[in-house]
Amino acid sequence: MNHLGFFATWGMVLLMVCLNSAGDMTTARAMRRVGDFSELRRKAGIFGVVRGVLTEPWFYLGLLAMALSFFALLAALSLIDLSVVVPASASLTFLLNLFGAQFFLKEHVSRRRWLSGMLVLGGIILLRG
Amino acid sequence: MHTMSFLRYTLLAIIVLGSTFGDVYIAKGMRQLGEITVSRWRDLLLAPFNPWVALGIVLLLSFYISYLASLSWADLSYIMPATTMGYVLTALMAHFMLGEHVSLTRWIGILMISFGVGFITGGPSLTVRPSPEGLEPHVEAHRR
Repeated sequence: MNHLGFFATWGMVLLMVCLNSAGDMTTARAMRRVGDFSELRRKAGIFGVVRGVLTEPWFYLGLLAMALSFFALLAALSLIDLSVVVPASASLTFLLNLFGAQFFLKEHVSRRRWLSGMLVLGGIILLRG
Repeated sequence: MHTMSFLRYTLLAIIVLGSTFGDVYIAKGMRQLGEITVSRWRDLLLAPFNPWVALGIVLLLSFYISYLASLSWADLSYIMPATTMGYVLTALMAHFMLGEHVSLTRWIGILMISFGVGFITGGPSLTVRPSPEGLEPHVEAHRR
């Protein structure tokens, strides 16, 4: 089932990917700033954890991006097959997250991880077929 | 020094299963609601009242809380494979639960994604990252 043309389908997927990745990146940064939940809970209790999350500005950016990507997903699912949309957007998000992890979150993304990313990209191309 | 506890494995499992079944049930509900076009965009706001969509949302919420908790102690690149595996599982569920046709090419694509994800997971999962507070307490020394 696909009620959209090539460009509309992949435009929609790309929109979801960008929102998704922005959500992952900002959420990861927010949680890094909040710190380990279990440690925080030992120090400040479960409400300390909740307060830590809710007072973190990056968390709200992440929530906004994830909420928008969720509604984009709802719209996409009514138009395109789940087995096309979800693996495609997930894999592209995965690649974008690799770049984001390296340049935005400053994680060390090794050659092994880039190689894996290329393998995942090959998988996406086959999923289109 | 933090080790993977039972709780942490449970959180990763909820991430995979919550996102997978959340998407499947939302897809099932959206299929009942029919095609959402630009002129029917208001129907999107009513979608959460469909029971299947509602169940999907509850599952995605449990996914989200586990996701937050996991990101509080691990790198994004460590959690990413888990979530991507969830999405591969979604394609399998789409085939087995929703009866969508998955061609041989798509099966190979799913396999390649799984191998790629597995290859990443086999590598080092935590890296030393400088932060304003110095090194994160849980990071392990890693060759650059």
